[in-house]
Amino acid sequence: MAEFEPKVVAFVCNWCTYAGADLTGTSRMKYATNVRMIRLPCTGRIDFMLLLQAFGHGADGIIVSGCHPGDCHYSAGNFHARRRWMLFRELLDFAGIDLRRVHFSWVSAAEGAKWAELVNDVVNQVRALGPYDEFPKRLNRQSLEQLCSVEVGR
Amino acid sequence: MKIGFYPGCSLLGSSREYNESLKAIAPAMGLEFAEVPDWNCCGATAAHSLDHQLAFALPARILALAEKAGMEELLVPCSACFSRLAATRYELQKNADLRKEIIDIIEMPYQGTVKVSNALEVLCRAAAANLNGKITKPFAHKVACYYGCYLTRPTELATCKRTEDPQEMDELMKVVGAEPIDWAFKVECCGAGLSVSRTDLVAGLSGKIIKDAVHRGAEAIVVACPMCHTNLDLRRDAIEAQSHERYSIPVLYLSQVIGLALGIDPRTLGLHRHHVPVRFPDAAPNASADSKKPELQLSGKDD
Amino acid sequence: MPRIGVFICHCGENISGTVDCAEVAKVSAEFPGVVHSVDYKYMCSDPGQNLIKNAIQEKKLTGVVVAACSPRMHEPTFRRACAEGGLNPFLCEMANLREHCSWVHEKLPATTEKAIDLVRIMVEKVKRNRPLFSINVPVTKTALVLGGGIAGIQAALDIANAGHKVIMVERQASIGGHMAQLSETFPTLDCSQCILTPRMVEVAQHPNITLYTYAELEKLDGFIGNFRAVIRKKAKSIDEKLCTGCGVCFQKCPNKKILSEFNTHLGTRTAIYVPFPQAVPNKPVIDREHCMYFQKGKCRICEKFCPTKAIRFDQQDELIEVNVGAVVAATGYEVKDTDFFPEYGYGKYPDIITGLQFERLASASGPTGGVIKRPSDGRIPETIAFIACAGSRDPAKGISYCSKICCMYTAKHAMLYKHKVHQGKAYVFYMDIRAGGKMYEEFVRRTIEEDEVHYVRGRVSRIYDRDGKLVVRGVDTLLNAKPIEIEADMVVLATAMVAQPDAEELAQKMKVSYDENKFLSEAHPKLRPVEMNTAGIFVAGACQAPKDIPETVAQASAAASKVAGLFSKDELSREPVVAVVSRTGPPEFSNCVGCFLCESACPYQAIEHEEIKTRDGKLIKTVAKINQGVCQGCGTCVALCRTKSIDLQGFTNEQIFAELVSL
Repeated sequence: MAEFEPKVVAFVCNWCTYAGADLTGTSRMKYATNVRMIRLPCTGRIDFMLLLQAFGHGADGIIVSGCHPGDCHYSAGNFHARRRWMLFRELLDFAGIDLRRVHFSWVSAAEGAKWAELVNDVVNQVRALGPYDEFPKRLNRQSLEQLCSVEVGR
Repeated sequence: MKIGFYPGCSLLGSSREYNESLKAIAPAMGLEFAEVPDWNCCGATAAHSLDHQLAFALPARILALAEKAGMEELLVPCSACFSRLAATRYELQKNADLRKEIIDIIEMPYQGTVKVSNALEVLCRAAAANLNGKITKPFAHKVACYYGCYLTRPTELATCKRTEDPQEMDELMKVVGAEPIDWAFKVECCGAGLSVSRTDLVAGLSGKIIKDAVHRGAEAIVVACPMCHTNLDLRRDAIEAQSHERYSIPVLYLSQVIGLALGIDPRTLGLHRHHVPVRFPDAAPNASADSKKPELQLSGKDD
Repeated sequence: MPRIGVFICHCGENISGTVDCAEVAKVSAEFPGVVHSVDYKYMCSDPGQNLIKNAIQEKKLTGVVVAACSPRMHEPTFRRACAEGGLNPFLCEMANLREHCSWVHEKLPATTEKAIDLVRIMVEKVKRNRPLFSINVPVTKTALVLGGGIAGIQAALDIANAGHKVIMVERQASIGGHMAQLSETFPTLDCSQCILTPRMVEVAQHPNITLYTYAELEKLDGFIGNFRAVIRKKAKSIDEKLCTGCGVCFQKCPNKKILSEFNTHLGTRTAIYVPFPQAVPNKPVIDREHCMYFQKGKCRICEKFCPTKAIRFDQQDELIEVNVGAVVAATGYEVKDTDFFPEYGYGKYPDIITGLQFERLASASGPTGGVIKRPSDGRIPETIAFIACAGSRDPAKGISYCSKICCMYTAKHAMLYKHKVHQGKAYVFYMDIRAGGKMYEEFVRRTIEEDEVHYVRGRVSRIYDRDGKLVVRGVDTLLNAKPIEIEADMVVLATAMVAQPDAEELAQKMKVSYDENKFLSEAHPKLRPVEMNTAGIFVAGACQAPKDIPETVAQASAAASKVAGLFSKDELSREPVVAVVSRTGPPEFSNCVGCFLCESACPYQAIEHEEIKTRDGKLIKTVAKINQGVCQGCGTCVALCRTKSIDLQGFTNEQIFAELVSL
């Protein structure tokens, strides 16, 4: 188990957390390599199906991070995200997913250090939890195509 | 209406007349008091200036006892006691950690379900519901309604609406036939607990209140707090000594005024216990027609 | 089949220092769909960009992934390069190998592995990118300015002088706003009307400005460049074309006892009136609530005397519809009433007045002709107490913010009083003196040192009447701190500056946000101080926050320059990152079921209702439609949509799912 390196997917908004992570870079702060970031315009864009998809495709832990309350580039997207998150948490818990694998946070464009700290904390915590295998990896490429077949623009 | 009753120390000691008058007017006001069993000290000024936990634990125990006795509302006539009980309920409602801590100390279940009410609130409500047609001897005098601090501060606990210029007692006084004066000293400081340690300061502060009330033609000062009463009534000698003025204006509890208007015997209302005699020399001409004798001539100085 | 090109940048040694770029390029070449994969020292340099342009043409690329720095840095650069190479710029994506990888990790195999992952994620995304085209919307080059105070006047004149049409709407019968009421202005003591009235006249005479007074905004629809406003012109009860402003009507009007709003109730006016002699337009209106004819059905004296027969008792409100490209909200402020401070006795004692009332008393055109007289008996006060922060900076009872102008106008009032009543005594009670501004501190010092105004640092607890004097009881908190009492003849309360009572309603009409104090919210407190979060609406003056005249004028000019910038183009072009509602052929037409949950979630009111009808006009279904001019592309509606009928261009569900699958 000591060899296990978790994969953590971070869903971040473009205006605060993505920029905050850029600042971590320009400040040359170091953090664990285990994180992969998905850039979105706003946390309000996060359909929580995406989180389930991430778990379905090899993620061991998830970070969702956006602007602090009141700082949203789009006024209120992060509030929508937070409200949705409160409900989604319950659902995850009910479904038997260890909530320690999913972290919701606010990281502003000025909080480079907070981002590094957040990633390290989550990676360490998920490393201790071990690989994520409670949820059968049912959502394969085929199911993705099915999901996408109803999408716009086709 | 049955209502819990917490007398506190002063209603059994220095302001027995407040207790007596409240009990005397209760039937007419449609109130029935049930005293909190095994009640303790509210902590008063001493506890909350010395020990944070003690200041909440003492009132919390009283509230817990009231809860246990099945009370929904608790009348706390002493404004200082009211302030402590209401503040405790407010803080414990807001702060779950503190609530846990205090419950551990008092070793009793505490929910915070008992509403804490002061005398002004309860009497205003009762007067509106029950006094109609019962005023036999309208209290036809100019009165200065003195609210003091605890009914109006802090604003979170205040039951009066315009806390710097409250109107509730004025309205109640109009109901019993009195004419409240418009004055600016309704919520000024009387000196409070300094009554014991710095009588000189109290004499100055309370002196200003009395001076202005007299200046504006008030014939009586009406209060709802034993502490105010003590400072304005019992400390009158000190006030006069300091200001080199003589003031004969009496200080009445609002329950006593209501009692008089209901035609209750002054002695039952404890008027004889006052330091400053309750006397209205120029008996108002529009007082009830059947009372030809000078209204009240009861001195309490020898009591 | 996708043909993707991958371009790995070394960024000098910034990336290649910890990431094996050659290895990344090698592995990336094997990803399905990748037909070209190279690494280069500086991708953003000219030769680097040429590598991309050439590859697009030679390899017939259908998508490009540039693995370099943050897209927040160079995405525009590489998208432009792709466009120049003949590829739709939105078919270019960036993998952030520098800020998110090489700079934050040590030189380890894991770092290179992560870099490869990042490239793969973007390759999967870009395969699903679609060509997008910038959205162009036409611009109506007319601005609507709401409010005719100094903010509105300045904005309107600046926009008009830049050559654009302006429609100004003012609720009162005259423009001028609060500034017209002021006596002299700090710190120079310029006469307020002397500097303002020429501007008012300029507005009225400017060929580019259409002025509607006694009018209000009724409705505002549309979006940047294309607003449609409905203006309610309240009935003035006169024919403006015939009226010459001769003034016979208000000389003859028998109802002379109406308290004048302009004179802050310290003077009177008639029922047919002009608010003040220098009013623009200088034509009267009939105040129907006080007019005897409208109230009692008799009088019509003004009609009888009017030499041009301009009185129109039967005039109705008129609704005017206008098309505008931009809106400047400059609706100003109101003075907070003082009833929440019963201890200060405002309203109870006539000689306790507000700062704005003092302005009228001190004004040469005011009800006393500039002589400071007590409202109660007309005596000249020998002692005045000024109370700063009467409501401001008092979260318990008043408002928590600082009204910003009171320190200065209180100093000015005290100074004006001392200039007019030399032997008079003036006291100022204050918390702090906030005199930040050019020559402001010097002005206050002059008040204290040269004009000998007594400044008392402390609050006032109560004001009451004692034998005809106003007893001001407060505390002096400086050396020798002690309670003090002053017997004053008059008290001036520096009441707080608050939002207009209907500010909330106006904000909702314009669909812009406002803060807890009902002041309109700018888009960014530092970097976008005159724009609002609804594109095309700008803000100036005290409707945004308390501010003084210089600041108001500066903000108004800034808003005007933003409007002029917007009007400098015939069409607006913006990034096509917007939401779209799916549409298909019959019989479904769309997955959208018309629940309009999205409508409640959209912060920009960009969701419209679209009715799908048969050829003969029968309604088939109502679906959501995104107004692309208004949508800002946050995607909140996408996440909320129950039927997954909305998607966000550039961040589609398909693209993000693909990114996740490639993990």
